[in-house]
Amino acid sequence: MSSLIRYISRPHPITGVTNAKLGTWCFLASEVMLFGALFSAYILLRTGASSWPRGSELLSVPLATFNTLVLITSSVTMVMAWASLMMKDLSKYKRYMGFTILLALTFLVVKGFEYGHKFEHHHFPSTSTFYAIYFTLTGLHGLHVLGGVIVNTYFLLPGSKLWETEPEQFTGRIECAGLYWHFVDLVWIFLFPVLYLL
Amino acid sequence: MTGEHNLPFWRKYIFSIDHKVIGIQYAITGLLFLLFGFFLMMMMRWQLAYPGQPLPWIGHLFSEKAMLGGVMLPEFYNQLGAMHGTIMVFLGVVPLAVGGFGNYFVPLQIGAPDMAFPKLNMVSYWVYFIGGVIMIVSFFVPQGAAQSGWTSYAPLAVIAPTGQTLWLLGMVCLITSSLLGSINFITTIVQLRADGLSFFRLPFFVWAQFVTSFLLLLAFPPLEAAGVLQLMDRLAGTSFFMPSGLVVSGKVVEVSGGGNPVLWQHLFWFLAHPEVYVLILPAMGIVCEIIACNTRKPIYGYKGMVYSVIFIGFMSFIVWAHHMFLTGMGTKMSAFFQITTMIISIPSVVILTALVLSLWGGSIRFTVPMLFATAFLPMFGIGGLTGLPLGLTASDIHLHDTYYVIGHFHYVVAPGTLLALFAGIYHWFPKVTGRKMSDFLGKIHFWLSFLLMNGVFMPMFIQGLAGVSRRLWDPMQYAHAQPTQPLNVFISICAWLLGLAQIPFILNFFWSLIWGKKTDQNPWQATTLEWSAPSPPPHGNFEHVPVVYRGPYEYSIPGQRNDFWPQAMKEGN
Repeated sequence: MSSLIRYISRPHPITGVTNAKLGTWCFLASEVMLFGALFSAYILLRTGASSWPRGSELLSVPLATFNTLVLITSSVTMVMAWASLMMKDLSKYKRYMGFTILLALTFLVVKGFEYGHKFEHHHFPSTSTFYAIYFTLTGLHGLHVLGGVIVNTYFLLPGSKLWETEPEQFTGRIECAGLYWHFVDLVWIFLFPVLYLL
Repeated sequence: MTGEHNLPFWRKYIFSIDHKVIGIQYAITGLLFLLFGFFLMMMMRWQLAYPGQPLPWIGHLFSEKAMLGGVMLPEFYNQLGAMHGTIMVFLGVVPLAVGGFGNYFVPLQIGAPDMAFPKLNMVSYWVYFIGGVIMIVSFFVPQGAAQSGWTSYAPLAVIAPTGQTLWLLGMVCLITSSLLGSINFITTIVQLRADGLSFFRLPFFVWAQFVTSFLLLLAFPPLEAAGVLQLMDRLAGTSFFMPSGLVVSGKVVEVSGGGNPVLWQHLFWFLAHPEVYVLILPAMGIVCEIIACNTRKPIYGYKGMVYSVIFIGFMSFIVWAHHMFLTGMGTKMSAFFQITTMIISIPSVVILTALVLSLWGGSIRFTVPMLFATAFLPMFGIGGLTGLPLGLTASDIHLHDTYYVIGHFHYVVAPGTLLALFAGIYHWFPKVTGRKMSDFLGKIHFWLSFLLMNGVFMPMFIQGLAGVSRRLWDPMQYAHAQPTQPLNVFISICAWLLGLAQIPFILNFFWSLIWGKKTDQNPWQATTLEWSAPSPPPHGNFEHVPVVYRGPYEYSIPGQRNDFWPQAMKEGN
């Protein structure tokens, strides 16, 4: 059945992409609209507010800077994982993919400490509009990171069996997972200055 | 492909990954929800026609919280209103038009064996199904379902009872489902067209579904964002939409404040205006297919229609605030959205005009689908033209939130889209089942539905111009609404008769399924690719991989023996 569907592992000669890659780009376009709407809400609420705190006074900039570096590094290891597959080296792929997952988990643990610290000081989403938008945006981003961890773990363990039968298709899948992962990274690159610095 | 035939029942018909089975699942679920949403409305019509009188027969079946001694309570009326809108739009029309017709016929019309992502297709149906279940369950939680209108305006929706939370969760499911579906459609149409099927050889129906998919893909996420924010407001106590110092029942609400209720409206209408085009574009696509086939001539201005539909898709993203002229957003903003609204009416007029001109000089066969399709043209025309006074601020101030608005958009989606969807069912029934539906029952269904729909919606313009507000539980409370009360009785009777008028359709549907006249693969002598596949199409759809040699509407070409020239036929005929 599925073998009848064209362009699963090889790109379409005219569009130059596989089905999965086009689908991933469409999905990312919708994600841009999702976060775009949330950023717009942030701008509207902030410009309408009588006073707005400086993020750096309420949030921990060093921890966020560390987390930014962690995510950027994970994007690099993700590319390396894909590149290893392009060079037909599965064990190297597994090492880099493992690193990517570990870095993502590190990000989540640090984020968890930040949240815990806020809760200890009785700063909740209901405290102020600033905290409301902080928790909503970082929470939604955190869920995206968690989603990435689940997908990448699947491709590290059971999903990698596809390599033996359809190496081309498997490499394509990792490229798509990479596109998503870079997007999650990019969202954080916007979130960090908007929430912590401005 | 060979393994598919030996699948167990639940893999073949329930958790199927075949686009045709999924399309049928969508269509049947959508039709059932349309019927359910219609029942909700028929109950509301009793309260509007005979305010304060107990609902006969079924009134006592409801709990005392809904109907006290058979008399509908205002809270329950509000639940019915909010859920009627939600169910008709998100659980009825969109799943039928996009999920049903789109899933079944887009792969067939482009000559593909299936959708690009069959498993994702199955997931999107089941996520939709879960969303529907959540919406129905919400009627049974304490204090009932959502009751803040289908628009769920804040802050009213934020302080509403539990049903609203379920509404939001249900919407998140429905949005996710549409999102997955739209990714699938776009990828399928871009990647899996048969050899020779260039973009300008696509049937207009596929174009309409293509643009619709982009609207779903890009307009739904902002509502998902808005839904998340409203969920936070309700569950975590944030104040995204809660202004400072809001007083409810004489008490100041204890929230941090600083939120903006208009923000909800912006995010909601950023989705819900493109959504209007999600409702109408597939209908236009269906009508175009049927008109071309039944006039036996090429569509007039096919390319102009394609450019128009793309332009509509683009413009629909920058007209949303014409729903918000009365929020005090300022005259400059209003002027901008007024202008874009006038501009977007032009491509719609182009499409409608092209369809009307296509009738000119045709040898029209008035089959049942053609009756529905021709009726669509003036009905959508009325719906569209009555929208213009709403798009201009000066007249909108008077008409905003009156029955005029209800009349306007129902003309677009009920005698407009629904007639087109019925047309599609009659037109493609032979392809899906291999049998034709009864002409006799079909004509009864058509004439009764057509007349009664006008009976329901035409008087609403008069009520609206008289200043009667929508969402009134008891119109008799207002002196200016009382003179139009006889119209309410008339509308209600028409609505109940309209309900009865669907019985011939339901009978016809099941009767034809078993005893309908058997047909060959191309009973209408149509040109597009789905008619080159067997009826019903097997797994993988086509017996031979189709190759396309010409455009979609090659009817009555001089020098040809037959008056139709199928897209997949290599030589002349």
